[in-house]
Amino acid sequence: MSSTTPSTTRTRSGSATRYGALSRLTVVESRLFLREPSGAFFAVLFPAVLLTVLGLVMPWADQPFDDKDPILSQVNGITGYAPTVLALAVATVALSSFPTTIANYRGRGVLKRLSTTPVPPSRILVAQVLVNLVALLVAAVLMYVLGATVVGVAAPAEPLVLLLAFFLTVLSAFAVGSVIAALAPTASAATAWGMGVYFGSLFFAGVWLPLPLMPDVIQTIAGLTPLGAGSEALAAAWYGQPFPTSSLLVMAGWTLVGLPAAARLFRWS
Amino acid sequence: MSVIQVEHLHKRYGSKVAVDDISLEVHRGEIFGVLGRNGAGKTTAVEIIGGLREADSGTVRVLGLDPVRDRSRLREVVGLQLQESQLQPKLGVREALDLYASFYPDPADPAQLLEELGLTDRADARFEQLSGGQKQRLSVALALVGNPQVAILDELTTGLDPHARRDTWDVVERIRDRGVTIVLVTHLMEEAERLCDRIALIDAGRVVATGTPGELVARATVEQVLRFRPSAPVPVGLLEQLASITHADDGTVVARGRDNVVQDVLVALAQHGIRPENLRLEQSSLEDAFVALTTA
Repeated sequence: MSSTTPSTTRTRSGSATRYGALSRLTVVESRLFLREPSGAFFAVLFPAVLLTVLGLVMPWADQPFDDKDPILSQVNGITGYAPTVLALAVATVALSSFPTTIANYRGRGVLKRLSTTPVPPSRILVAQVLVNLVALLVAAVLMYVLGATVVGVAAPAEPLVLLLAFFLTVLSAFAVGSVIAALAPTASAATAWGMGVYFGSLFFAGVWLPLPLMPDVIQTIAGLTPLGAGSEALAAAWYGQPFPTSSLLVMAGWTLVGLPAAARLFRWS
Repeated sequence: MSVIQVEHLHKRYGSKVAVDDISLEVHRGEIFGVLGRNGAGKTTAVEIIGGLREADSGTVRVLGLDPVRDRSRLREVVGLQLQESQLQPKLGVREALDLYASFYPDPADPAQLLEELGLTDRADARFEQLSGGQKQRLSVALALVGNPQVAILDELTTGLDPHARRDTWDVVERIRDRGVTIVLVTHLMEEAERLCDRIALIDAGRVVATGTPGELVARATVEQVLRFRPSAPVPVGLLEQLASITHADDGTVVARGRDNVVQDVLVALAQHGIRPENLRLEQSSLEDAFVALTTA
């Protein structure tokens, strides 16, 4: 029996071990995140690269965003695009990186193997959320710093509203990502669904065509999607438009429906 | 002393009965085989024993613990190696063992475990770079890193080449020598015969026989077959009263019978001064027992 100890005498130190397990898992998951260079690039660097390159090459970058609008005429084109890029950064981790990884772990039996240990498999989901959140925060800071210093992105008019809008965008996007992670039967299904939702979301977030230039009906639909609403709310806060109540409510709704649904539908194996 | 007690286990998925009625007892320090065809209910049964699934009815005690009620304590004393379970592709071997060791209150030394499983020179490799046998051995290492008293190993050598399979068998014997009780799930006769102290033969969700490999063979043996070429003509009627005799075209005599047929035939031949040449005895194997006991 060598060093085997009766479990009953160890329950107290056991919980301490398990608390440490989350931090160990998070450290290991972040290393694994960085070992996938393309994933790390798109999650962390791409938003900053996109904003900076567009700011440098696009003729509209230093023109007023919209001549006819009293508020939008005060911001330049690249500042007008910044909220959209921020929404893209959120979508990349929440709809692509996170659900694909989780579905992959389930398909490979990583979650099931964890459930044979004293550590609940939910801890690896928490670790994954933490890793993706940190990647997103780094991406957002990089994007803002590079945008502000290199291509003249203006500071947000309402920083606190921007933080609130960012927070809800993250929550609602992760809620949708979690539903994908919960429902996708295989890793490749998660990739396909995630990519479909991702590119749809990018469209509604105005990545390819600024929202104000879209037909009214598309704008209305966009405002009801998490990333479309997120993009609108972020833009309102950045430009100093009126408080984006309805966009924030839409995102809160997605969160309140999505997270419990994902928790209920989630399969471990 | 019994480490695992299972009584009248029953589990169905919808209308499909996975485990009909399984009762078994595993003793401390033995390698206990759960043998059966694919789909016989072996994996479902051991996943219930390991606390991964809940039974519809029946009782399970592992080291006195109820796998459902005492799930968290069970996790610390039972190591499970799951069928076809992979790790993150980019996860390193040592990294994985260190991580899983941190989950347990009293883990084994990961470096020593790597040494015992012959993975020391692959410690810095990533999971995706390992061969099939190395992946299996790492999987076994992860099941043992918590210093379990019981290890459940499910289809350990499926998909391995014969060489890797034999290496893995050596590993299982070394684990038992550490004092770990092992439940080995397999559909391979050779594996069960080579490794197991006792076996439960499972068919269609039921235990059809339990015993040592030798006992199972003996129980299922219907006849023994003796083939030889007599050195002189055999008097008519000499052997017919002892066994069922057939003569092949090349002069070979085939004698079939039960119990002491081998001795009886050899004695009768000796009394008439006849030597049985090219003597071959066909003994039943566990495989024959398996077929006999599961198709009855």
